[in-house]
Amino acid sequence: MKGPLGSQTLREILLPLGRMLVFVVGAGAVFSALMFGIALLCRGSGADKLLLDTQGVNIVTYTLVNLPQVLIDGVTLGFVYAAIALGYTMVYGVLEFINFAHSEIFAIGAFAGVEFLIAMDKLGVLKAAGPMGSYMYLTLALVISMGASGGMAMLIERTAYRPLRDSPRLVPLISAIGVSFALQDIIRLVESLTTGQFYRVMPTFGDFDKRLPLFSIATAGQDPTLVDIQVKSVVVIGAAVLMLVLLNFIVNATRIGKAIRSVAQDRNTAALMGIGVNAIISFTFLIGGALGGAAGLLYALKFTRIDPFVGFMPGIKAFTAAVLGGIGNLTGALLGGIILGMLESFAGAYLGTFTMGTFGSEYKDIIAFLVLIIFIIFRPSGLLGEQVSQKA
Amino acid sequence: MQKRILIVVCVIAALCLVPMTVAAQAQAQVIKIATQSPLSGGMSAVGTDIKNGAQLAVEQLAGPLAKLGFKIELAPFDDQGNPDTGVANAKSIVSDPAILAIVGHYNSGVQIPSSEEYHAAGLVNVSPANTNPKVTDRGYAEVNRICGRDDVQGAVGASYAASKGIKSAYVLHDKTAYGQGIAEYFQRQAKTLGIKVLGFAGTEEKANFDSILTPILAAKPQVIYFGGMFDQSSVLFKQARQKGYKGMFLSDDGFDASDAAKIGGDALLQGAGTYYSTVAGPASLYPGTAKFVADFKAKFGAEPQPFAAQSYDCAAIALKAIENAAVAAGKKLPTRAAVVSAVRALKDFKGITGTINFNAKGDLVKAKYFIIQVTSADPDKWSSNKIDQTLDIAPPQ
Repeated sequence: MKGPLGSQTLREILLPLGRMLVFVVGAGAVFSALMFGIALLCRGSGADKLLLDTQGVNIVTYTLVNLPQVLIDGVTLGFVYAAIALGYTMVYGVLEFINFAHSEIFAIGAFAGVEFLIAMDKLGVLKAAGPMGSYMYLTLALVISMGASGGMAMLIERTAYRPLRDSPRLVPLISAIGVSFALQDIIRLVESLTTGQFYRVMPTFGDFDKRLPLFSIATAGQDPTLVDIQVKSVVVIGAAVLMLVLLNFIVNATRIGKAIRSVAQDRNTAALMGIGVNAIISFTFLIGGALGGAAGLLYALKFTRIDPFVGFMPGIKAFTAAVLGGIGNLTGALLGGIILGMLESFAGAYLGTFTMGTFGSEYKDIIAFLVLIIFIIFRPSGLLGEQVSQKA
Repeated sequence: MQKRILIVVCVIAALCLVPMTVAAQAQAQVIKIATQSPLSGGMSAVGTDIKNGAQLAVEQLAGPLAKLGFKIELAPFDDQGNPDTGVANAKSIVSDPAILAIVGHYNSGVQIPSSEEYHAAGLVNVSPANTNPKVTDRGYAEVNRICGRDDVQGAVGASYAASKGIKSAYVLHDKTAYGQGIAEYFQRQAKTLGIKVLGFAGTEEKANFDSILTPILAAKPQVIYFGGMFDQSSVLFKQARQKGYKGMFLSDDGFDASDAAKIGGDALLQGAGTYYSTVAGPASLYPGTAKFVADFKAKFGAEPQPFAAQSYDCAAIALKAIENAAVAAGKKLPTRAAVVSAVRALKDFKGITGTINFNAKGDLVKAKYFIIQVTSADPDKWSSNKIDQTLDIAPPQ
């Protein structure tokens, strides 16, 4: 690695960026085509007549007009899932068990960052901060979230997983579930003791709520539909992309990354080669946790309200994403997250319309978990699972 | 090692003995009134004040029973807003012979299964807040409520929307007995009044409403109605505003909590504003509550949340009924059955929220309904929200 920071560095930055672009465009195109096809098939059906009756548009126009907004929501959600899913997949990579406490790591990150911003808001500095200042405070909160979550993940590994490392694989799994429940109530306890609140609300500051108009779609006989994207969605996507590229760089182009990969392949042989296995596993938890914590703050920024149980749903969805992409595989987690985010967004937005309200948007979660079941039955290694086949 | 185990065993044994001795001492003529409400979790702000309201009543109004030689205690239970927990609590409540009445439940979805246990045990329940029709429509002698009903409340909401010139609505609910029920009554009345219902959907989502909002925003309704609790609706309303929705928000008494303003913030005031129907006006509205509000603030250090005054009245009704039953039984401990009939037998009971008379089903002979407009994003000013309409309506037979 002493060589010039030339071709390899560039490759490790451009390659994941390219992959993300391909995944987003590919998944978007597949889902859009699917929806368009279903809409074409539904012409003249009851759902079409209902739409014409209530809103004066036919189903194909309706689908197309709403498509851009659904895609934007899906991509935003997808990157949040991808950032969480990476935490699951990294721990699985080195230890081969599912760290179910990761959803609480996510929640701790959200709380640490939001509490910091609330404190800053109380001091009055948030409102006074200019446009650059608000980004600075958000970055600071992001760093605090990552620190709190990364530290907590390391602590959990040291206390709850390391003593059980040589026991059957089910044992640390149960320990993880126990840690998850304990952490939920510890967050609740700490919040009750310090603030007396159950909900924490992300303070409004900067221009994150502003909407950037992209373009408008004109339809015959209707007001043009304006497609726009919120600044915070851009921030969420941008921050997630940056972190994913950085993670990819650490794992694939640094000494410590090489050590992580070797521990993942064979712990004992890695130890024989002079790699400090415990330190490397700790470090894996640190970066996996930090990513989860950052995702927590981004989630809080996007959806504004958090509570001690906030991690459960995103956590279990991200786990689904990790399995979908192939657990243990970093690129797979990214692909799984984007697909799941899109799937959820599409299902939520169109299911109710296509089924005339019989299956409303509440079935979006069922579809996400249906995908999990289908993959576990027919392709347990996930979409890109084969790439980790060298592991025993 | 053995010594350590011995110590642990001794400590556990000692811990077990403490409550047993306490219980043994307390056997003498204690009457307990149980409360069931969410004391932890997202709805704990309102749930805790339901407990506090009852506690204040027990402290202030136990005098007549003390003269008869009884000691009144409050036994608060945390139902967590969760039907399973509520039923589990109900089982331990009915097995405690000292409990003669239950004040409680904030959520109809919890009250309905829990009250099956009360009914089986013949234990009286006076509810401050459960509005689902099924609460009293089962005809249980044990179940009473001092608030209105959702079939009326949902219709009141729709009529209000129509009176504001609303022509189209999108109806959402939280899939609970309470939220879905009230949303259906809203939809029914809206249709008869000529409001176009563009969609009707349920959701358990609590954070990410993006995909639910896409079809709503495409349909461009003049009002979004949400049947359910504030912890979902205030987030939904906020996200809808951020996505550029300009119309009106309308919800039900589940929205009536100061946390709604904390979560929703300025989004509730923008556009055509936010309104909610409720069966319990702010405590300051009722003529008899001035002293209650002052006492409550002195004891608990905050403005009472909605339903605290109602809970005070529920406990007062229970105490009065127990007193009447005890007198009728010759100053002896009354049976649960005697308390059940004593509650219904109360005539023109002067509560702080009005004069209370129960009909044969346990509903109020005439209940009050309010439409309230959110006027401030400051949670501390929640109780001074503007009351737009007050209606007295008898329950449907």
